[in-house]
Amino acid sequence: MASGAPAKRVDAVRALRDAGVTALLTFGLFLPLIGFQTVTDVRNDLILNTRWPLLFAVVALVGFSRLAYSFAIEPWLQNRALKPAVEPAAWRGKVARWIIPFAIGFVVAYPAIVLATAGFGRAVKWIDNFGIQVLIYVMLGWGLNIVVGLAGLLDLGYVAFYAVGAYSYALLAKTFGFSFWILLPLAGTLASFWGILLGFPVLRLRGDYLAIVTLAFGEIIRIVLINWVDLTNGYAGITSIPRPTFFGIPFNADDDGFAAVFGLEYSPIYRTIFLYYLILALAFLTAFVTMRLRRLPVGRAWEALREDEIACRSLGINTTNTKLTAFAMGAMFAGFAGSFFAARQGFISPDSFTFLESATILSIVVLGGMGSQIGVAIAAVVMIGGTEIMRELDFLKLVFGSTFDPTQYRMLLFGLAMVLIMIWRPRGLITTRQPSVVLKERKAIASDLVKEGHG
Amino acid sequence: MTTPLLTVRSVKTFYGRVMALKGVDLDVNEGEIVTLIGANGAGKSTLMMTVCGNPRAREGMIDFAGQNITRMPTHEIARLKLAQSPEGRRIFSRMTVLENLQMGATTADPSHFKRDLDRVLTLFPRLQQRISQRGGTLSGGEQQMLAIARALMAQPRLLLLDEPSLGLAPLVVRQIFDAIKTLNAEDGLTVFLVEQNAYHALKLAHRGYVMVNGFITMSGTGHELLERPEIKSAYLEGGRH
Repeated sequence: MASGAPAKRVDAVRALRDAGVTALLTFGLFLPLIGFQTVTDVRNDLILNTRWPLLFAVVALVGFSRLAYSFAIEPWLQNRALKPAVEPAAWRGKVARWIIPFAIGFVVAYPAIVLATAGFGRAVKWIDNFGIQVLIYVMLGWGLNIVVGLAGLLDLGYVAFYAVGAYSYALLAKTFGFSFWILLPLAGTLASFWGILLGFPVLRLRGDYLAIVTLAFGEIIRIVLINWVDLTNGYAGITSIPRPTFFGIPFNADDDGFAAVFGLEYSPIYRTIFLYYLILALAFLTAFVTMRLRRLPVGRAWEALREDEIACRSLGINTTNTKLTAFAMGAMFAGFAGSFFAARQGFISPDSFTFLESATILSIVVLGGMGSQIGVAIAAVVMIGGTEIMRELDFLKLVFGSTFDPTQYRMLLFGLAMVLIMIWRPRGLITTRQPSVVLKERKAIASDLVKEGHG
Repeated sequence: MTTPLLTVRSVKTFYGRVMALKGVDLDVNEGEIVTLIGANGAGKSTLMMTVCGNPRAREGMIDFAGQNITRMPTHEIARLKLAQSPEGRRIFSRMTVLENLQMGATTADPSHFKRDLDRVLTLFPRLQQRISQRGGTLSGGEQQMLAIARALMAQPRLLLLDEPSLGLAPLVVRQIFDAIKTLNAEDGLTVFLVEQNAYHALKLAHRGYVMVNGFITMSGTGHELLERPEIKSAYLEGGRH
């Protein structure tokens, strides 16, 4: 550092001891996990293998990482804390101004780009697995952002509303044959109805208690879906759910199908592209509605509620209703996403609505920066897109052998990403908060002013 | 005098099994500044919170503008134009000053927003300078000004102020008390002020009440109380600044 106090010297003895203790702990932890392995041989007998080299490699890796942390990362973090906050460079303002129009242009043009680069045959996979999958999570992240990011209500059972939306569409479409366009708003309405239903008993709760109740609610919905076999077909799920049509024109190879009507050769890609734009429109709808709501009294009341509930009440805000609207609004978008999910998959089962899904959506919101829509979108692209990319890393099989499956390491990488984010940006990727009202010019609120670990 | 704007009659409030208010009677007339002084833990803030319905009075009656508000939820009491600047300020720290003021106007007539905003910004010019700054970055005095300004945005008939001088420099305390005086003299605002800073509060107020251990022990005009020897010895000696 050029000015101020000189950086503290690293205490080598302390660092070494620290690394030693870490390595010892690692050894204790991984001895049963990695050190011993049981396999069954051809006669079905258990054989105990030991894997000392692997165990010691892991222990050494962790020990040296800890040493590197003490010598390099820790001083860097301390120096960073000492340094006065610098004005962001001029180019960052320019980038920030162009990044959103560019991103919107990119996602709109994405199917065309994929078609041009990957060709007709492989494009389906890239648009479906990558584009649609990511956009579903962007939409879910934006929906949960209303509840967690704006209203500050920690919801661990968000996937329940997603499930309600999906099953609403699947059951009503199969039983009554209603079209997707009628059932989409209906699924959203039903989901927000369940949001209100959950909201009523938990209104008095906040923070940890609310988190536990919503977690339980998510599980209740899933377990009901599993056990109410007459209605939901249990674990087996619901198959052959009607697919959405292009304003009445189905995507099939028939004479009145989409391809025939528009004089094209039949290909499944038209449906995929249609679905892509459908979820894109739904995601934009979510973002747009949230942006508008933030400037309305109800949206401001959400944010005020996150800040101070007692002050809200003393200003004449009905906190009960405000929480309910946040829950209902978040649930509605989950319902939309759910009905889209059911229509896209054509098959749903309770397996799609586990707690892991809630956790993924919540971590997208937290990693992205609570309340920030751009941050949430980036986090969704990285987390969900990253997982999908991992399936493509076939060259790793050459390195680690043919049985190596990179997606198995997904959770490990999630954890690593989360640790790194918490070191590097403890308040999430994008932490500036745009004021919802200004007199003259708009000014973002710097990240170090935003309270840490608080909704 | 017609009926008082705020009437508190033999109110008893409990925290669990502990009685914090042991039968309090108090009146605030339209256009008055009334102050309630007392030592730490006397129950001053409890009385103010009880008026706002949190905690609720277990016994007794509270009337505001001819309406019984004893059993009303807090947000409905606030909608009767009874605004409160709570203890500890409780401003929205991540929201800007302007957003805070806008939150204050939640129950107010929106067509008066601009006029009310101009009024509070003339009253507290410091807030004008800080208008797009985040509430949490303000100094203690500015935060207190913001808390009062936010309460004023609701166009209140009665303003409840809980210890506005707490932890502030004497100069800032004077500014805030001057503002309260101006509001009362020019806008005819009724103010009910809870204070530990007895000297300033009694000088400012038309009438005052003294609370000890959940009881009102003395009342009178501000001047009368200032002259009382027992008040001088208990609350004023050494406390003057």
